[in-house]
Amino acid sequence: MAATNSPARKARPKFLDLTAIRLPLAGFVSILHRVSGAGLFLALPALIAMFGLTVNSPESHAHAVALLKKPMIAIPLFGLAWAYLHHFCAGIRFLLLDLHIGLNKEGARKSAIAVLAVSLTLTLILALKLLGAF
Amino acid sequence: MRNPTGAHYGLRDWLFQRITAVVMAVYTVVIAVAVFCGAASSFESWRGFFACGPIKFLSFLFAVCLCYHAWIGIRDIWMDYVKPVAVRLTLHALTLLALMGYAAWCADILWRL
Repeated sequence: MAATNSPARKARPKFLDLTAIRLPLAGFVSILHRVSGAGLFLALPALIAMFGLTVNSPESHAHAVALLKKPMIAIPLFGLAWAYLHHFCAGIRFLLLDLHIGLNKEGARKSAIAVLAVSLTLTLILALKLLGAF
Repeated sequence: MRNPTGAHYGLRDWLFQRITAVVMAVYTVVIAVAVFCGAASSFESWRGFFACGPIKFLSFLFAVCLCYHAWIGIRDIWMDYVKPVAVRLTLHALTLLALMGYAAWCADILWRL
């Protein structure tokens, strides 16, 4: 451990400024996988309660439908929908990587772009569906 | 003493995180197809869909897999960012207890149908 304090060691360049490090796309997908998972965990009580309302009785179902029309509920819910879809897509990507599919740099970058694009597109479709656009 | 808040040092958790993920992914596709086919069009069809035996079974399986999966994932987050053992152990316990409660809550909702 003494070596850590020697002048030679201290002179080595440090580059741990998180605001200056440019994360590769695959790293971006990876940290979003963790963030989306944590967000979903924190929202679990609200999501279970919401599911309970939709199946409990006709009155509670109507109440849940009315809640979905409120921006205060709908906007966080769209955020959670994105979190679920991102976690789903990125999870499939990780399962494929576990199977040694797409391990090379170019493949990993392409699949990272695909995860971001597919999850955002599906979120948009779901949001439009819930808003009654089609 | 062995670290009480460690990762159980083996493949088991890693493997179960993946097995539960596959179960949840398949269930997600089942639900998406059902919604696409109109299962969510009315209260009666929505409730009827979850009240049917196989879907009730799959939904409960999803809830259990979700809780197990979330336990491994959230525990990894605590292990990565929370250094003091006492705080980490407390967070581990609270996470585990919350998830056990959520699983029971889901079972309660499903078996009222």
